[in-house]
Amino acid sequence: MKITEEQVRYVADLANLRLTPEEVSRMARDMESILGHIDKLNELDTEGVPAMAQVLFEAGETATLRADAERPTLPNEAALANAPQSGGGFFKVPKVIER
Amino acid sequence: MDIAKLTIDGIRSGLKAKAFSARELCDAALAFAEAENPKTNAYLLLSGERARAAAAVVDAKLARGEEAGPLAGVPVAVKDVIVTKDVRTTCGSRLLENFAPPYDATAVERLEAAGGVVIGKANCDEFAMGSSNENSAFGPVRNPVDLERVPGGSSGGSAAVVAQGTAVVSLGSDTGGSIRQPASFCGVVGVTPTYGRVSRYGLVAFASSLDHIGPFGRNVRDTAALLEVIAGRDEMDATSAFAPVPRYAQAMTGDVRGMKIGLPKEYFTGLASETGDLILKGVEALKKLGCEVKEVSLPATEWAISCYYIICTAEASSNLARYDGVKYTNRSADSATLAAMYRNTRGDGFGAECKRRIMLGTYVLSHGYYDAYYLKAQRVRTLISRDFQNAFGEVDALVTPVSPFPAFKLGEKLDDPLAMYLSDIYTITGDLAGIPCMSVPCGETAAGLPVGMQILTNHFQEAAMFRLAEAFERNGGVNAA
Repeated sequence: MKITEEQVRYVADLANLRLTPEEVSRMARDMESILGHIDKLNELDTEGVPAMAQVLFEAGETATLRADAERPTLPNEAALANAPQSGGGFFKVPKVIER
Repeated sequence: MDIAKLTIDGIRSGLKAKAFSARELCDAALAFAEAENPKTNAYLLLSGERARAAAAVVDAKLARGEEAGPLAGVPVAVKDVIVTKDVRTTCGSRLLENFAPPYDATAVERLEAAGGVVIGKANCDEFAMGSSNENSAFGPVRNPVDLERVPGGSSGGSAAVVAQGTAVVSLGSDTGGSIRQPASFCGVVGVTPTYGRVSRYGLVAFASSLDHIGPFGRNVRDTAALLEVIAGRDEMDATSAFAPVPRYAQAMTGDVRGMKIGLPKEYFTGLASETGDLILKGVEALKKLGCEVKEVSLPATEWAISCYYIICTAEASSNLARYDGVKYTNRSADSATLAAMYRNTRGDGFGAECKRRIMLGTYVLSHGYYDAYYLKAQRVRTLISRDFQNAFGEVDALVTPVSPFPAFKLGEKLDDPLAMYLSDIYTITGDLAGIPCMSVPCGETAAGLPVGMQILTNHFQEAAMFRLAEAFERNGGVNAA
């Protein structure tokens, strides 16, 4: 399978990941070799095999739910303490909508 | 006391006999770690203040004649992908260079409640992605056995600190072999328990359906003791298991006569190497201890790498989306718009391996590819899991190599990511099936490099796994007469 630099840039865009031109060309080569190996899976017939979404089902579907009781959550200051920018009890980010 | 050789039992009797206090032990461990760290870079941080406070609690309890817990005074290192309240947790990433978590992981909380003393945070591959610990943003870890070689990864620091003796036990995490492979490379014991056996609350997520926390130690008993403390249901992790936690020490009787061991033939074909020879010698030792050995087959093995690298990258691309410069990461300076902030923060912050996996994961989940990749991989995962269930219908445990080769030199495999991925072949299957598995030392190559033997048992059969590993260890391991 051929992975073009254009595809790499498209996927990087989906992933919100800035890549340098050197990274784009290296990524195209790496993805091509890894996906080339992964594509071997197509040789295997999995018709009728259920998908395994979870490792263990050991109880009924509601057994893992805890009681719906009120309890303290992370305090606002603690939640904001590691933010690069905060203010007024909120996370601050660059303006999204221009007025 | 020779701190590099201490065991949990040895600490218990030393404290009881007043040969040393928990505080003295803690100070000695911290001083030793500080002296050794320039050689290996195995610790990213020593948590002296927190350690001394925990040791003081143990000493106070002992002075009052109270029970101080099964891990009383034991110096423990914690992999830096496991959060520790107010103690910097970087995940080996520039993005979290200044992250001080607001809470403790359940495993950390439990080991401290049992008297354990967290002395530091262990270096690792960035967000636990790697097999050599060369992907840490804070420099690679060197293997204490041979400083020119890697300690394995991604829990390379957790393995190295136990091998060098600065910590008695440590916590690592395993998604595709990240506990067993470094244990094998550093000549220590490393355990990946059943999926859900240990709460993942506070383990920074890489691939949620595959992530495990597990212990390292210099002997089987110590890993079993640590696992017993951290295991068990936690309501903060809905995937943690309700199954009761057995007293593992009671299972380690030394008697493995009649135990049925399976050798999966797919794991031994093409293994004409010193590693293969040592594993087969280990199998002969198990026969001498009275185990019955037979060949079994796990036919879906050849698809495991492809299956694993679809599932783990897909889950990683979702889990790593949260590092965007808003809540806890560094934010890139050039962030005039929201989109630029996301893209630049992530572009500047993630290392090459994380970027590769985010890209692969985003690709396999992107429009039109879901069925061909992710859904297909989940079906193959069912086949891999069924293989194990069939095998455990015939045998009690499986024995295999951990890695196709012993510790390699730094830089040796950095340029070929696919080759690095392929070397995970023996360890990823256990994670995909969610079964317990461990690495136990199985001799050394002619060059003196340790080799680990992998033991796998069925879901929640850690006790049988420990019994086999401990009997092997007790009787001289690969040299059992």
